[in-house]
Amino acid sequence: MNTPANLKYARSHEWARLDADGLVTVGISDHAQEALGDIVFLELPQVGRKLSAGEECAVVESVKAASDIYAPLAGEVAAVNQAAVDAPESVNQDAYAAWLFKLKPDNAADLDALLDAGAYAKLAAEA
Amino acid sequence: MTQHTPLHAAHLRLGGKLVDFAGWDMPLHYGSQVEEHHQVRRDAGMFDVSHMLTIDLEGGGAPDLLRRLLANDIGKLTAPGRALYSCMLNPQGGVIDDLIVYFFRPDFYRLVVNAGTAEKDLGWIEQHAGGVAVKPRRDLAMIAVQGPNARAKTWAALPAAQAASAELKPFQAAMLPALFAPETRNASYMLARTGYTGEDGFELTLPAEHAETAWNALLAAGVKPAGLGARDTLRLEAGMALYGQDMDEHTSPLEAGLGWTVALDAGRDFIGKQALTARPVDKQSLGLLLIDKGVLRAHQKIHTARGEGEITSGTFSPTLNRSIALARLPVGVVVGDTVEVEIRDKRLKAAVVKPPFARNGKILIQDV
Repeated sequence: MNTPANLKYARSHEWARLDADGLVTVGISDHAQEALGDIVFLELPQVGRKLSAGEECAVVESVKAASDIYAPLAGEVAAVNQAAVDAPESVNQDAYAAWLFKLKPDNAADLDALLDAGAYAKLAAEA
Repeated sequence: MTQHTPLHAAHLRLGGKLVDFAGWDMPLHYGSQVEEHHQVRRDAGMFDVSHMLTIDLEGGGAPDLLRRLLANDIGKLTAPGRALYSCMLNPQGGVIDDLIVYFFRPDFYRLVVNAGTAEKDLGWIEQHAGGVAVKPRRDLAMIAVQGPNARAKTWAALPAAQAASAELKPFQAAMLPALFAPETRNASYMLARTGYTGEDGFELTLPAEHAETAWNALLAAGVKPAGLGARDTLRLEAGMALYGQDMDEHTSPLEAGLGWTVALDAGRDFIGKQALTARPVDKQSLGLLLIDKGVLRAHQKIHTARGEGEITSGTFSPTLNRSIALARLPVGVVVGDTVEVEIRDKRLKAAVVKPPFARNGKILIQDV
């Protein structure tokens, strides 16, 4: 299982990364893509939508099932990854390159409440 | 506690992702469900289907028993080795199970039933058996080898099986000589040209203790393992119903797209017949092809000009590269209609089509 140390993780299996431009990039973890299997469809939030932490905001569908994606922290959707929408299998190929959306966080310090790589790896291993 | 098939250790060795299926610990896939699906449509894949139960019926009363228990007519089995797909109905005309019946001798028939319904089926059959011996064959394993190259690769792996099976036509089976030593007391090998994928191939029934030897020989001949995930997308593309999803004890086969398997001709009474003929048919099963982007799933609600319907099985089709479904729709909806499917907070457009969607490596419906 691949859990890069420079990312933060939600218990619901999203990863988040604070970028230099102040935006937070969000995707699903390698563990999540593996559990879902072949991903065939992504439904991403509208740019401009305001999300609270833990709010359902996207759907990742594999051949097997649909899985809800939750906002790891509060903020406004600043961008979505159209390339991933057009090629959903890219999330299976590299879950950390194929991000889903970017948030303009209400408070970037909210990231501190998420799990670090070690804690998430432990949680995923127990799942 | 889940049950293990004789191939459980083989699945673990191959990296299978095992899940509980009807009380059995079965492989969902061995890496990629989609690749396994393509492998079967394009070449040859194999499925462990040992969770399904073989039931032998022995005794002179077997034909009468089956004429009464099955909605299809075993009179169609005119030569030894012939197989027939049928539903077994309750008195209300609902489906207790769907199964394949093989005819070998007037005093020997073989049934293969679903894993999830096996105990219920056994009870029901025994209740009506009279003097017929009902023998569940839990000593047997079953491997389905499917795909355009399945037969050739089976013969390459199991040369001793070729002579007895070379001339088999679809829905015919042959008992085989023992394939492996040591011969077991109940040595019983059967090869049937049947399956649940819409591809050519065989289903091999053999003693449990020889299952892994056969599996490894097939692997060595280039047959790739495929899990229940691919089995489900393959059967859905092929337009084949899945028990518990597309029909159950509360569904008439006439409303589940299985009217072609019900022999209603005069002169034969079978359990459920009266209810079927008395009940008006106001639903039908048809296919859906999603026009908008998304994935159709079981239980999604459908809005049509003739009323509401429901998806019974839905998935993403690897062969069509879009979402397909089997759906229960009001009578009056016809092929070519556009309907709307409720998916989360949206209504997506889907075209009504006639299954199958794909068989024998080919897409069988027109693009919309």
